[in-house]
Amino acid sequence: MASFPFELVSPERLVYSGSVTEVIVPGAEGEFTVLAGHAPFVSTLKPGVLTIKGDGALRKLFVRGGFAEANPQGLTVLAEMTVPLTETSMEQFTQMIRNAEEDLEDARDDATRQKRATYLGDLKAAALAIEAAGRVTH
Amino acid sequence: MASLKDLRNRIASVKATQKITKAMQMVAAAKLRRAQMAAEAARPYAERMESVLGNIASGIAGGPDAPLLLTGTGKDQTHLLLVLTAERGLCGAFNSSIVRMARDRAFALMNQGKTVKIFCVGRKGHDPLRRLFPNQIVDFVELRANKGVTFADAQAIAEKISAMFVAGEFDIATQFYSRFQSVISQIPTAQQIIPATFPEAKPADGAAAVYEYEPDESEILADLLPRSLAVQVFKALLENGASEQGARMSAMDNATRNAGEMIKKQTLTYNRTRQAMITKELIEIISGAEAL
Repeated sequence: MASFPFELVSPERLVYSGSVTEVIVPGAEGEFTVLAGHAPFVSTLKPGVLTIKGDGALRKLFVRGGFAEANPQGLTVLAEMTVPLTETSMEQFTQMIRNAEEDLEDARDDATRQKRATYLGDLKAAALAIEAAGRVTH
Repeated sequence: MASLKDLRNRIASVKATQKITKAMQMVAAAKLRRAQMAAEAARPYAERMESVLGNIASGIAGGPDAPLLLTGTGKDQTHLLLVLTAERGLCGAFNSSIVRMARDRAFALMNQGKTVKIFCVGRKGHDPLRRLFPNQIVDFVELRANKGVTFADAQAIAEKISAMFVAGEFDIATQFYSRFQSVISQIPTAQQIIPATFPEAKPADGAAAVYEYEPDESEILADLLPRSLAVQVFKALLENGASEQGARMSAMDNATRNAGEMIKKQTLTYNRTRQAMITKELIEIISGAEAL
């Protein structure tokens, strides 16, 4: 399978850089898979699980906030927060969900409320998915 | 003329001070390396963010629905000065040069009849500015000392600023920090952060790729601009961190050298005085013996 360069960057450091064959990105309007030779494309991210396939290993990371950019040179994902699934803890998620719920209550106009409700939903979905994945591997 | 004991005490005290400055210099050197690494690690994110935003922004800037963070309010009546300084002193002119720059800008703006508001980050900038502009400081954030800055810190600051902007409390925001050039030179810098400015979008090599956007450009822009603000602040904080340690390192190096010189001079006086006393005592003994 053809491979392409992929970079996962967080504000603090370069998290992953290497040649991969397939990356599944949680895009704001649905998950999408990037293979080699993808059309130039920019999408924002929703909180969710990013899957990297390549060099034999399968890596999964929780990502939140940021965007993905695919161009002929490869794929770059900029995320404000990245945590490998093996290191995520449920307390972290409970905390994040609680914060999101508080934000939702503070929302003043409909547009903001809508946005924050979507965010909360995505966060909950991600937490469920991660919990399920955890049960399988344990 | 100071007595021998006084001189001895003075030398001992300078020696103790020299030990402290030497230790501080070495601590700063170690911290500098870490701060520089952090600043370097953050660079790819900021660069990518800038290039993508530049791409999108150049396409949408003229449009009627361009977000305010990009176009500004169209006025320049109220200015917000974001002054980033350190939590601790003893680092040469680091804090004072940032404060001086911000102060000069504030006075210049006020002379033009503009309103100036000041947002302080770091205690060492807050203290002198509070004395000069007691009523214009709108907010003050203290960074936890000793721990490196995290993106969360920058995000909290950026959120406060954008909330103020949305509430219409200012038109233009400028941040003041010190750009790290080398251990001996840090350049105080002013950078406009709202409305956002981007370096001219470079035409991508050959394939000026036409991107597809999901969701559409304006929504991405609305999502990314606040994030980009946080990234700008984060970058400035990291540069500041490296500059602070660099400035402290050279300041402490100077202090150690000065203490060494002082010790040399005082040891010389001490030895001279001691010699003079011995000679005096000998003369007394000899003339006493002769008188017998």
